[in-house]
Amino acid sequence: MNGFDWEAAGDVLPLVLQGFKVTLLATVLGTLVAAVLGLAVAMAGRAPSRFVTVPVRVVMEFVRSTPLLVQLVGAAALFNTVEPLVIGIAVLGVHYAAYTSEVYRAGIDGVPKGQWEACRALSLPPRRAWQAVILPQAVRNVLPALGNYAISMFKETPFLAVIMVQEMVFEARKYGAEHFAYTEAFTLAGLVFLVASYPTSLLMRKLEKRLGH
Amino acid sequence: MSDFFSLLAEEFPQVRSGLWVTLEATVLGALLALVLAFALGLMAGSRLLLARGVSRVVVEFFRGTSLYVQLFWLYYAMPPLTGYELTPLVCGVVAFGLNFGAYGAEVVRGAVNSVPRGQYEAAIALNLSPARRLWKVILPQAWVQMIPSFTNLLIQLLKATPLLWLISAADLMTVVQTLRDRTGETLTAYLTLLAAYFVLAYALTLLMNLLERTAKRRLGLEPGAKSLFKSRSATTATTGGAA
Repeated sequence: MNGFDWEAAGDVLPLVLQGFKVTLLATVLGTLVAAVLGLAVAMAGRAPSRFVTVPVRVVMEFVRSTPLLVQLVGAAALFNTVEPLVIGIAVLGVHYAAYTSEVYRAGIDGVPKGQWEACRALSLPPRRAWQAVILPQAVRNVLPALGNYAISMFKETPFLAVIMVQEMVFEARKYGAEHFAYTEAFTLAGLVFLVASYPTSLLMRKLEKRLGH
Repeated sequence: MSDFFSLLAEEFPQVRSGLWVTLEATVLGALLALVLAFALGLMAGSRLLLARGVSRVVVEFFRGTSLYVQLFWLYYAMPPLTGYELTPLVCGVVAFGLNFGAYGAEVVRGAVNSVPRGQYEAAIALNLSPARRLWKVILPQAWVQMIPSFTNLLIQLLKATPLLWLISAADLMTVVQTLRDRTGETLTAYLTLLAAYFVLAYALTLLMNLLERTAKRRLGLEPGAKSLFKSRSATTATTGGAA
């Protein structure tokens, strides 16, 4: 059982790629949840009342400082009737919302003060001010950072295997255990991650440069 | 609820040894990562193309392949391939060190680049040797900028240690999981676990803030005592390309 078995590698590749679809789905949906929830948290963090802002900050700091794996396993144990993939996406989304909310916060703070004053001068209602003036400017600055979190979420999806979501690492582990070919299975899974994430990070870096960061 | 805590008190020696494994993995992994970060980060600023190339390839490889796959690869895939078997804790330390070292290398590279050009020129004008230039002029200034990002990486490393549970090292998560299985108190068990990691993370943040204050003092900056209690900022975690 020494050396790299190319035949086993050929066998496991389709399985890994099949798992890759689930990995990708979880990443895309998880990013979506994080992007929307993060914005909601960032806006709640700017609420006029301290009774809103302080609890929001504390909860998010807690989520940000505790391990994703514990959150995931805990949620799966508590809601054991819910589909694992749904739990996985929700937990990934909430965990990363704690990070994206800070990014949004910085993005919103980066909108010049004059823009707020202009909104008030035009007596726009707050809703319209956010929608038409503040958010379009803030979100544009925030996009590259969101992309980076999407890439890092992609690399954390193997956690989902623990709660039985049949993503890439789940498939690799299953094949490895059945055929005693862990070497080939995990090597391929790693390579698929590398092949998918490296070009994406290059692309993000280009986008960041173009937006002038 | 009292069941869980009475069992926790009863099994305290086990809990303590689990906590110890978690701390060991965090501290040793962080030390390995720190050494690698400086080696790779300084190589990235080298004049030699070979050194720059090696650093680039190593950094992209370890950032690109996902920590989880690296850890599993070390634990499951390396023994049949090479005949060497590492203990779970060593696997963890090596995987954490390599992965976070790669991220740290980008932090070191960015911080060294951000020291003003004039400082290099002044050091050359004073005829300092390259080693003294780096040690006395560049690094003390770059170091202050590295610390906040290192704090983030350290907390991320701590948050990665429950992975040791998956390769059957008896870390904090493993111990609390067994307590949960014995009492069936899911919610209490996981909330306790989360609280424990939060306390550890906050303690590490305070230590790193202390380090930052000392480093700033060396540069003649005098940050107030309040700076010790500031929380870490999530946005700096994105520096150095894809986090």
